[in-house]
Amino acid sequence: MDYYIQGILILSGINLMAVLGLSLLTGFTGLFSFGHAGFMAIGGYTAAAMTVKYHIPFIPALLIGAIVASLVSALIGVLTLKLKGDYFCIATLGFGEATRLILDNMQYFGGARGWPGIPAYTNFTNVIIINIIGLILLANLIRSKHGRNMIAVREEELASQISGINVFKYKLISLMISAAYAGIAGGLMAHYMTFLQPKMFALTKSTELTIIVIFGGLGSISGSVLGALVLTSLPEILRAFSNWRLVIYGLAVIIIMITRPEGLMGGYEFTPKSMKKLFFNLKEKRLKKSAGR
Amino acid sequence: MYKKVISLLLISFLTFSLFSSCNQKSAESNNTIKVGWMGSLTGDQAVWGQCELNTVKMLFEEINAKGGVLGKKLEVIGYDTKGDPQEAVNVAKRLTTQDKVVTILGPNQSGSAIPIAPVLEASKVPDIATVATNPKVTVINGKVKLYNFRVCFIDPYQGAVAAGYAADILKVKSAAILYDVGDDYSQGLTQFFEETFTKKGGKIVAKEGFKSGDVDFRPQLSKIKASNPEIIFMPYFFKEVALSSNQARELGITVTLIGGDGWPSDQLLQMAKNAVEGSYFVNHLDFNDPEVQDFKARYKNKYGKEVELNGYLVHDAVLMLVDALKRTGEPNPEKIAKALEETNIKGITGTIKIGKNTHNPEGKEAAIIKIVDGKYIFQQKYTPQ
Repeated sequence: MDYYIQGILILSGINLMAVLGLSLLTGFTGLFSFGHAGFMAIGGYTAAAMTVKYHIPFIPALLIGAIVASLVSALIGVLTLKLKGDYFCIATLGFGEATRLILDNMQYFGGARGWPGIPAYTNFTNVIIINIIGLILLANLIRSKHGRNMIAVREEELASQISGINVFKYKLISLMISAAYAGIAGGLMAHYMTFLQPKMFALTKSTELTIIVIFGGLGSISGSVLGALVLTSLPEILRAFSNWRLVIYGLAVIIIMITRPEGLMGGYEFTPKSMKKLFFNLKEKRLKKSAGR
Repeated sequence: MYKKVISLLLISFLTFSLFSSCNQKSAESNNTIKVGWMGSLTGDQAVWGQCELNTVKMLFEEINAKGGVLGKKLEVIGYDTKGDPQEAVNVAKRLTTQDKVVTILGPNQSGSAIPIAPVLEASKVPDIATVATNPKVTVINGKVKLYNFRVCFIDPYQGAVAAGYAADILKVKSAAILYDVGDDYSQGLTQFFEETFTKKGGKIVAKEGFKSGDVDFRPQLSKIKASNPEIIFMPYFFKEVALSSNQARELGITVTLIGGDGWPSDQLLQMAKNAVEGSYFVNHLDFNDPEVQDFKARYKNKYGKEVELNGYLVHDAVLMLVDALKRTGEPNPEKIAKALEETNIKGITGTIKIGKNTHNPEGKEAAIIKIVDGKYIFQQKYTPQ
């Protein structure tokens, strides 16, 4: 496959990994986060440190990055998840920016000047495999008892508390898994770019991830997949517009959000079953129409 | 129901248009030599990026009007990176595989120039960076990157020039540094200024940081004032320079200010004409040098705007490329890379002799500029010992 298109697909895959995590937190547990770039940064820098400084193989390094990101999120979560509504969102925003600024000043990792020379381990195959594993795990989690509990928390916190769900615990689990996904995305990114710079994980990255989740449809995994693919490749497709590229990108997102406020998928999923249903529904309608005539 | 189907169709259209849009093949390749350009056309460094692309377009038009190079016309394909490393990698892949350019000019940030190296290596296309001053753009772990070149001097050199000039020529013993902790360029210059200045027997009496986007520097400046330095080093860009120098004068700090190549801009003089009076900065060239007047006039004539610093450097990058093309005799990227290694030409920013083991222009002198009566007055060419 073409090197350029492959590159875009790898980037979509990396974004998808982070988006899947955020989808669990925002789409299924109902917590908005503007600090996921921070978790990506932690995962990325840890994984890169593992491969560069300790010569650990790629996959274990990614997992260590994910675990560290997850532990940091637990620390943040314990402190802030008791906050209700928008306050949690603001706390994550602060966390993301603080992470970036700390990395800006850690000379061990190159500081703001960046860290070049990370081995290029990320390739098309391993991104796809990791994404598929991530998808399967997430889909199963959401269908499990724990996933249903998270959805219950999203729908009505008080009611789920009354029916015996430990709301705080499920919020924390959701945040930790979500951060682990972001950590893996960060590790993949580090070994794809072969270069890390704190600037790559600024607030715009966090908002980009949140936009993808909402754009794809809150509470839909297939929506997140589509969102990541479409929104990562859109700026590249629009290259022909040169200076107006980002204006058109913004317009496209606004128009789609106005016409489909529930996002591309709006809570629906692509599964073999739902496809079948869609197909039969169409057929039925056509039959009805012809019968009516 | 149909709404759902339509939206599904739209989604698949969006996704697949990516693949289809990339299949346009070049039909007119025989008579043109395609040259890529990348940099910020949007974002906070757009002023410089747009000036670069304009300069390249203008120079190519002029060259083509004179018959082109090797009997072929030069064509520039410029893409925006918005200063984002990820976008830079995408653009590099696109330029090398889709557009099949022979060389890439730019980008103007080190943060974008470093991550494109593996792409260049894989496709064997050389890149000439314009103002990417981080040493690691061309050399990593002591090994030179085969396809990365640049036309500017590097951060250690610039920091050393500023420190050397302050210590040896201005004869100051103590200096304070105010720098941007969130900026790679600022951190680099600070580090090398500090090293050289202390090596020369000077003392850094205060080192205060701020964060990109800050507009109030009074707390840091008050501390600097208390430490009583003879000079203040301000290695960051003109907007913050204007704000911080104004505030320094308000606080009653009267000492000389010194800075790097982030200073020169018309905006600086508009915003802080009195505050920066008598200050020095390190620059790539003397703006009033008779040799650059012709280029300045041509640019102003065509675009109605003053040329920014990046324009001069991309001008020399174009000279380097044309020179290499003439010596290779054919537009083959790999051979151009080889030829670039032996570059030894006279550009408008000075002599450009590429070092084989560094891919930097060796021994390029820095120009020291003093601001007198709201004008940039050239002091001398300076190389630190």
